[in-house]
Amino acid sequence: MSTTVVVETAELERSYLTDKVSIASWLLATDHKRIAILYLGSITFFFFIGGFAAALVRLNLLVPEGLIPSAETYNRLFTTHGVIMVWFFLVPAVPVTLGNFILPLMLGARDLAFPRLNLISWYLFMAGGAVELYALFIGGVDTGWTFYPPLSSTFSQGHVVLAVLGVFISGFSSIATGLNFIVTIHRLRAPGMTWYKMPIFVWSLYSTSVIFVLATPVLAITLLLLAFERIFRIGVFDPAIGGDPILFQHMFWFYSHPAVYIMILPGFGVISEIMPAFCRRRLFGYKFVAWASVSIAVISFFVWGHHMFVSGQSLYASVVFSLLSYAVAVPSAIKVFNWLGTMHKGYIRFDAPMLYALGFIGLFTIGGLTGLFVAALAADVHLTQTYFIVAHFHYVMVGGMVTAFFAGLHYWWPKITGRMYPEMWGRAGALIIFLGFNVTFAPQFLLGYLGMPRRYHSYPPDFQVLNVLSSAGATILAAGYLLPLFYLTWSLFRGERAPANPWGATGLEWQTPSPPPAKNFASTPVVTEPPYTYPPPELVQNRV
Amino acid sequence: MSDAYVPHEFQYSSADHQAGTAVAGMWLFLATEVLFFGGLFLCWIYARTQNLAGFDAGARETELWIGTLNTGILLTSSLVYSTGVAFARIGDNRRLVQCCLGAIGLGLAFLVLKFGLEWSDDFAKHLWPVGPDFKFTGPIAGGARLFYVFYFIGTGLHGVHMVVGVFLVAMIAWRARRGEFSPAYTTPVEVVGMYWSFVDVVWIILYPLIYLIGRS
Repeated sequence: MSTTVVVETAELERSYLTDKVSIASWLLATDHKRIAILYLGSITFFFFIGGFAAALVRLNLLVPEGLIPSAETYNRLFTTHGVIMVWFFLVPAVPVTLGNFILPLMLGARDLAFPRLNLISWYLFMAGGAVELYALFIGGVDTGWTFYPPLSSTFSQGHVVLAVLGVFISGFSSIATGLNFIVTIHRLRAPGMTWYKMPIFVWSLYSTSVIFVLATPVLAITLLLLAFERIFRIGVFDPAIGGDPILFQHMFWFYSHPAVYIMILPGFGVISEIMPAFCRRRLFGYKFVAWASVSIAVISFFVWGHHMFVSGQSLYASVVFSLLSYAVAVPSAIKVFNWLGTMHKGYIRFDAPMLYALGFIGLFTIGGLTGLFVAALAADVHLTQTYFIVAHFHYVMVGGMVTAFFAGLHYWWPKITGRMYPEMWGRAGALIIFLGFNVTFAPQFLLGYLGMPRRYHSYPPDFQVLNVLSSAGATILAAGYLLPLFYLTWSLFRGERAPANPWGATGLEWQTPSPPPAKNFASTPVVTEPPYTYPPPELVQNRV
Repeated sequence: MSDAYVPHEFQYSSADHQAGTAVAGMWLFLATEVLFFGGLFLCWIYARTQNLAGFDAGARETELWIGTLNTGILLTSSLVYSTGVAFARIGDNRRLVQCCLGAIGLGLAFLVLKFGLEWSDDFAKHLWPVGPDFKFTGPIAGGARLFYVFYFIGTGLHGVHMVVGVFLVAMIAWRARRGEFSPAYTTPVEVVGMYWSFVDVVWIILYPLIYLIGRS
């Protein structure tokens, strides 16, 4: 992609990890790479908190009457799971860790446009997270992660105001990150890095950031109105004085549906990097993949009503929302087909990042296609609020997004840490997660279709076999997620030293040492070639 | 214009590059603010269409003269600050300080009128929508309460933005007094000016929503 020669002195320059070593140099770091590491530690922590709550939920559902004695406790557990996973893991995960680390490197920049704002965003995230954890540990909330009034404003016994405040604060960290990314992409591209020379990961982060910046403020004002109503027991969503609880749902989903694409678009970007690198093929249909990200971001703002088909909104509105929801499938399918097109006649290698990426394509396709079922008006009336919905969005969010996160984490791990992860363990992790995921969530499609509602503490005995199967799968999945925690930590100390470009991949991030020096590049790169200039010439000669 | 060397952060290629990026960042931040207040205004207007009589009755209780005077004060403060930006561009730090102080004075006058006078008056007239002693009763009471929920949230949020703005302008005055700005370096002055003007824009929408619509 680039013709820059990284000068020899860069090798001698100390890496960003060893540049300064005091605790303060980390906590006050403005280097995008160090902030990415701070974020990586934070979201890993939240991931395991949310995962622990999920484990207790699955444990409860082993028996029809529920193992946890109180339904109220169960409600607080699944709310903890949802709130932590959505707002403190899925939304930030890829952008603030991999994005923060790789985006400036990919652009040939020395940092993000506003490094101090980047640090502030981490502190806002941690402040929001601390408030949220405090709210959950002093008793939690039972409203579900969606905080619908009048339950949240009037009837709930939980700590709604604190929980909402935590989400509100962390929202500003999203806004700061999105703003920083957009400005960086516009202003800090290296000489020659035109828009169509940018890697797809950058396009997907750009689309994600547009949603961060334009949707999150609407959530902020909505949560503020909700907090007012909760505190003063009077407010905008209160029908007793002429307010409208459905208005909350509109405002909430105006943010939260685009937020679904905040969670998945960066994942698309990761897969679009890994496919060419491990198939040794130019990305098929680059411009289509790039613009598919942008069009998903745009359409995402006009589909929120599909969460409200049974809320009593106008049928005509529902028809339009249904149609627009189908429209999202087009750019999503373009991406999947283009990844498959990239594999066609490729020189495929099955390293761990590729295994995760292949798992992503399979799981996301199931999640995406079942999304079409629930975008259909008639089918949704039957399936809404059942385990079918739970299975659908877990296939997208966990099977899709979390798998893509692991794919990207393994792919860039050598660059981030300067160490190789153990390859056999990496592959084993990918397979165990794929297996565990399907055993956990495939039965939930059946449960939902049979009519088991979500968010219930107990269920009819007929559903027990599938529920036990799902809980058994969850233990496999948990083992699969713990495995990388151990072998990646091990590799930090014992892993083989990574070369600058272990995968033979294109992209500016591979042209600087692993781990990169504090200011990324010894000299500013100049870009002359398009992205993904695969296959390398020696491979082609060998095949002939 | 002098060609004095202006330092820049390492991630930029020049001081101009850095200045343009800062302005771009502020524009984008203001876009997020538009969506933030936009959400509030959308809810406000929707709730109004559902409760016309109550909102109109509520609007008639507001102090038109304070709102109108405050509109004038706020727009004048932006004019004064913009004059300061013009002085900054020709390197007149002394007049920039004077303009900042003028803008701060007008901003504080707005805050005193809005919160010192108008809000306390509202509380005295039992217009705080929470609690049993609310001024209105009967069928329009609900809508009037809703109007005052929006009124207090809207003016409160605007007031918070005003306070932040006063601090920012004071910071510019402090830096100008130390002679930090020159024709080659006015970025912070301009960026704060954008924010200060945006706070006006919010008020320009709040003013009719509170004082004018439904008053007749």
